[in-house]
Amino acid sequence: MPISIGVVLKIILILFFALFAQLVNALNVTEVSSGIYVHFGQHEFPNKVNHGAIANIGFIVGDSCVAVIDTGGNPEQGYALKKAIEKTTSKPVCYVINTHVHPDHIYGNIAFKQPGVTFIGHNKLARAMATRGSYYIDKANEQLDIKLKPKHIIPPDKSVKRHMSINLGGRKLTLTAHPTAHTDNDLTVFDQKTNTLWMSDLLFIEHLPVIDGSLKGWLKELKRMEKLNYQFVIPGHGPVVTDWPKSMQAEKFYLQLLLTEIRQMIKKGLFIEEAIKTVGYSEKNKWKLFDQFHKRNVTTAFAELEWEE
Amino acid sequence: MKLTIEKKMHYKIFKVCFMLLLLTPALVNAAKDETQWNHLLKKQYFADKTIKESNDIIEIEAPYRAEDPALVPIKIISKLKQTKDRYIKKIIVLIDKNPFPFVGEFEFTPETGKADLAMRVRINSYSYVRAIAEMNDGQLYMTKKFVKASGGCSAPIGADLDSAMKRLGKLKFRLDKNIKTGEPALTQLLISHPNITGMQMDQMTRFVKKSHFVNHLKVTFDDKPVLTAKIDIAISADPNFRFYFVPKKQGVLKAEFTDISCESPISRSVCSKGSQYSSTYTVKP
Repeated sequence: MPISIGVVLKIILILFFALFAQLVNALNVTEVSSGIYVHFGQHEFPNKVNHGAIANIGFIVGDSCVAVIDTGGNPEQGYALKKAIEKTTSKPVCYVINTHVHPDHIYGNIAFKQPGVTFIGHNKLARAMATRGSYYIDKANEQLDIKLKPKHIIPPDKSVKRHMSINLGGRKLTLTAHPTAHTDNDLTVFDQKTNTLWMSDLLFIEHLPVIDGSLKGWLKELKRMEKLNYQFVIPGHGPVVTDWPKSMQAEKFYLQLLLTEIRQMIKKGLFIEEAIKTVGYSEKNKWKLFDQFHKRNVTTAFAELEWEE
Repeated sequence: MKLTIEKKMHYKIFKVCFMLLLLTPALVNAAKDETQWNHLLKKQYFADKTIKESNDIIEIEAPYRAEDPALVPIKIISKLKQTKDRYIKKIIVLIDKNPFPFVGEFEFTPETGKADLAMRVRINSYSYVRAIAEMNDGQLYMTKKFVKASGGCSAPIGADLDSAMKRLGKLKFRLDKNIKTGEPALTQLLISHPNITGMQMDQMTRFVKKSHFVNHLKVTFDDKPVLTAKIDIAISADPNFRFYFVPKKQGVLKAEFTDISCESPISRSVCSKGSQYSSTYTVKP
């Protein structure tokens, strides 16, 4: 049976729309300071509707090339970020910096995997990707409705042990590997030119901070960093901060409250079950996603603090 | 019989609703499935013995939905005092749907005072957590709770692995300050051990990290056993137990444990012994 012209036209039309969708699907980005572009994520729990695309991600443009900072919560978001970069500048991407192992920050890596692009992360990032990778891949389909394969988990080519400087052409970025805080592989990016710190998930604004490393370690880093001066600070979740360290105090307060209250409970001989039911609830109305993350934070923090000397 | 279209429709709707009603219990049962227990575990652990399902001897407490599947606090409360004539000799804890359902076998004595037990477990998928008490006369009583959790056994090894490995083998006792002579004293035992399940895969090497877990624990007071336990990978990292014992005078509480490494996460036929650890604590009632 010969294929009718109508069917051929339909196929062409479908192909055209598919291609068109690919082409225009550039991620929405905002220039927060000169040459620094951020896509601001919504405060949502990663799910099958948002497919895990909830974090702040973006890029920094230099005179010769571009550094991507976190690639998004799924491969499509990575491609959309790539489109946004192409729309913004003709300069090529030379670095992809992953600020830590969490899925909402690394699942778009594949979009940038090509010769000439160097992936950078904390020196414990590769291990974290290795030990979590298969678990993440298993859960991606069930929880985020995305198909993920081992090739999507792309470890860093270069790792940062303390500090590392990279040059984007007239723009020097200083990368700092932090001791265990939000995770055991947190990396921040400082741009000298605009005095901007890309703090990623070491800073949560509005969205409840999530502990997946060390409560004590995180507080220690915050107390050290609050003495420093920054013009702009970009959190992993929430709007850009221009009044550093004022906007960070809410996070510090929440973490400090957990520390104080859990320590008191341990001292009194009370147990983790009671802590989960009672600790930190005065903070409930101050944060988004409190119900989704708070109990788990208490669990993690309690398990850490009961081993304090 | 003639039916109008409208009536036919009503009849159809009724039929569909009725079918759904019939199906509902089946759907619930599908989620709260006990086939593993009925067809496998019961035979494996209790042969043909009669087990009474009741909360009169022991009752289990567990969260309906777990916040962290790798650290689910559960508690078993006993409803009777441990006396020489009548006491709980043993409690077996199982998680039906775990790849290795055996959580532990805990032995008590009259010296335990009260056969309460709290611990933290890993739960791999929606499952019943059940505890079966064996009395000194051999009678068996079972209590169970359904817990919604998933991925507890394959969840990545601890957030701060380096600090966890540094303190491996450490033991800590925590007791009330006001212990009374002759009365059951609540004791918390903390063991520092990553309790690696053997199901936590290394993505790059595609190599599953071999299990490495605490398999035997013995707590004595003045050399008399208080709690003896055979435990497995379902116990969370940094095993944490709460139990009772009766101090009749000043004495020494001692905990000893050994760890083991097995080739397969779901079989205990090929294992190699690990190390032995112990710690003591002087109790002054």
